[in-house]
Amino acid sequence: MSKRRSDWAQRPQARFLRWMREGYGALDDEIISAVAQPAAQRPDAEALEEHDRLIGTHRHEREMALDRLANYDLQRWANTRGRKALTRLYVLLALLLGASLIYFLLDTVAYMPRFGQVAVPTNNEVIARYIEKGLEETGAINIVAGMILDYRAFDTLGESTVLFVAACAVLILLRIDLDDQGQPMQQLIAEGSDDRHYEPKNDRILQGSAMVLTPIILLFGIYVLFNGHLGPGGGFSGGAILSSGLILYLNAFGFQKAGRFFTYKIFMWVSFFSLGFYGVAKAYSFYMGANGLNSGIPLGTPGAILSSGLIMPLNIAVGLVVACTMYIFYALFRKGGL
Amino acid sequence: MTLARNFPFFSILLCLVGSVLTSVLKPKAARALTVIISGVVLVLSAFTLRYALAMDAAEPFMMGHFPAPWGNELRIGRLEALMATGISGVLFVTLLAGFYHMPAFVSDKKLGLYCIMVDLALGAILVMLYTNDLFTAYVFIEIMTIASCALVIVRQNGHTLVAATRYMIMNLLASGLVLLGISMLYGITGHLLMEPLGRSVRQIYETGQYMEPLTVVIALITAGLAIKSAMFPFHAWAPDTYAFAPPMSSAILSGLIGKAYIFLLIKFIFRVIGLDIIVASHIDSILFACGVTGMIIGSVMAISQRDIRRMVAYSSVSQIGYIYMGLGMGTEVGVAAALFQMLAHAAAKSLLFLSTNELTSVSGDRKRFHYLHGAGYRNPVAGVVFTVGAMSLVGIPFTGGFVAKLYLATAGMPLGGWVRALVLVALAVSTLLNAVYYLHTVVSIYRRAPAEIDYPPSHRVPRHAAAALLISMLMTVYLGIGSGPIMRVIESGLKMFA
Repeated sequence: MSKRRSDWAQRPQARFLRWMREGYGALDDEIISAVAQPAAQRPDAEALEEHDRLIGTHRHEREMALDRLANYDLQRWANTRGRKALTRLYVLLALLLGASLIYFLLDTVAYMPRFGQVAVPTNNEVIARYIEKGLEETGAINIVAGMILDYRAFDTLGESTVLFVAACAVLILLRIDLDDQGQPMQQLIAEGSDDRHYEPKNDRILQGSAMVLTPIILLFGIYVLFNGHLGPGGGFSGGAILSSGLILYLNAFGFQKAGRFFTYKIFMWVSFFSLGFYGVAKAYSFYMGANGLNSGIPLGTPGAILSSGLIMPLNIAVGLVVACTMYIFYALFRKGGL
Repeated sequence: MTLARNFPFFSILLCLVGSVLTSVLKPKAARALTVIISGVVLVLSAFTLRYALAMDAAEPFMMGHFPAPWGNELRIGRLEALMATGISGVLFVTLLAGFYHMPAFVSDKKLGLYCIMVDLALGAILVMLYTNDLFTAYVFIEIMTIASCALVIVRQNGHTLVAATRYMIMNLLASGLVLLGISMLYGITGHLLMEPLGRSVRQIYETGQYMEPLTVVIALITAGLAIKSAMFPFHAWAPDTYAFAPPMSSAILSGLIGKAYIFLLIKFIFRVIGLDIIVASHIDSILFACGVTGMIIGSVMAISQRDIRRMVAYSSVSQIGYIYMGLGMGTEVGVAAALFQMLAHAAAKSLLFLSTNELTSVSGDRKRFHYLHGAGYRNPVAGVVFTVGAMSLVGIPFTGGFVAKLYLATAGMPLGGWVRALVLVALAVSTLLNAVYYLHTVVSIYRRAPAEIDYPPSHRVPRHAAAALLISMLMTVYLGIGSGPIMRVIESGLKMFA
């Protein structure tokens, strides 16, 4: 008889009714009253936590016991062989899914237009105008620069913003001196989680070569930036070169010296000026274009350094953002700070 | 009014330039600037809507001096303007109501960075609403992906980091699928802007050449956007992410960012591929099946939760299921109903996440249901607002959710045989399940608090936050009462879409 009654209490219907009626299980009532503290003494936060824990453990134990009785075999299976079997099943399914995806995509490639043929859909009026009229309309000898910074400049604004947002996301995640706990730097150093004070390592060979190479790399980066509209290169590649020079300097001479000219503030201001300039300059040009007005930006003579309208300044802006972002990635992933 | 056609472009640019400006400001100023930006975007979007209501056909807006197949373009139509107004309105009240408890989750120094993410997320949403260029959409999907992960990780405890990692992996996988789809589509058409793309796709469909890659493209892009918007079998990242992110981030992620991805999917279906080709490819049946399953499973999972925020998060999965069910019907009426559901859910969900946070914070930050007893008395505003939000999601008359369900059911009626039956049964079952867990929660916040549990002294909700919560509640009610004009805008906007 008693067995039947406990069966009923365990039935889903009974539990549902209890849950609807009580809001929480009758079990909770029992436990809360069992561990309740006298109302006279107001519990502080710690006591409250303890109270919670007590309710939690009681509840947990009771539930576990009931569960064990109800489905002992299933529980044991799930905790031992079941877990292994499921893990194996998941791995197998993942492999199957990956393999079938690879198969389908490779199969699709067979149906795609042949690469490099004349009669492919991509060889259409879009490409024709970029190639034939690009120089005349954008003033840039480098057709790619003309495409990304004039024909499709809005996409490139988006791409530069991607770099900026990525840098900010990494700052949120990794910058230790902005931590939630707000621990001061000295404390972090004392705990050994900041190993910056071991720097610089003063490696003579590294420092010597950095002394020679860094200026050359930076100069080359600037060259690539300024010639983006005239030849191969531009903002993205020039920025990458600039940042590699900065990273080399950082490795050779350590954070203290690099921190003299590259700080968080500098990063933010440089990003602000570059992206702000890009946004405002292009906004002017978009606005004029969209409303059918002449923007009045001279294209200059193709081939001259000061030509092709906004492309050169935009290249510089993009390059600065790229350089800052790459440098900040390196600094944050290595030491969690600037 | 010709200036008004520049407003979408102004609001996008305002977000981008505003975000870099935010980076050099002090946290307090950054916070104010973010709120101001969303307010200005709201006003600009409202003017755009007024402009769009007066025009006969959607207008392209050149971004630069080069027309359609060569340069980037935006497109101004009624539907875009309506969604932009709705989303920026919800964001504005969310920021007003949510910013004041951000210090509990984010250190003061990181608040500026958080504001950058909010600005950029709004900018990316706007671009995805207005863009007429598939590749621009991808670039801003990237921005949105990073920004939305950052909105989660800004609160750095173990649970949040695990949830954010999972979110990021799923999100990146989805971005990869979308990019693969776009590049294959470019390979077989040679275009990136939507009008020429649509023409080329139509040609492919008629001649039959490259039909196989086209089918794969449809599948890849749909799957990518479905993963990002937490459609049912891909929803695994959603509950943890929404439950452990700061509440304001959850409201933005679930209410707004997911909607932008779905809107892009609708754009892809209507403007790039064409509804008839989608129906012929049967991808809409898959969406329909996933939507219906998600409606039921999401609700069942929500019932089994003991933590109120996880419950609200699971209910998102079920509500997204409604949207996909509407999309999967493969008719214009179904998509119109889905669009209305998007608006109703955006309004109700952000309100639910915010009021849930108010309710838990007056209960000593404990989220289990038995601690929430009496929370509706300890914070009356949050209690009322939560109740209205819950009523909307359950589908009680005079709220947005009711009208959305009504439209979905009406859209299901002309469908044949078992599909109609499935729509009606799924709506009925899901409504019942929603009622079980939401009304249970409403009852439990209005129960007498147990005497043994001692609650912390309740803080005063700042006036502007309470006002914002009430305004968002009125928005939900307005969607329920004044749905006629909105639905007419949606329908005429969909006609302009094709």
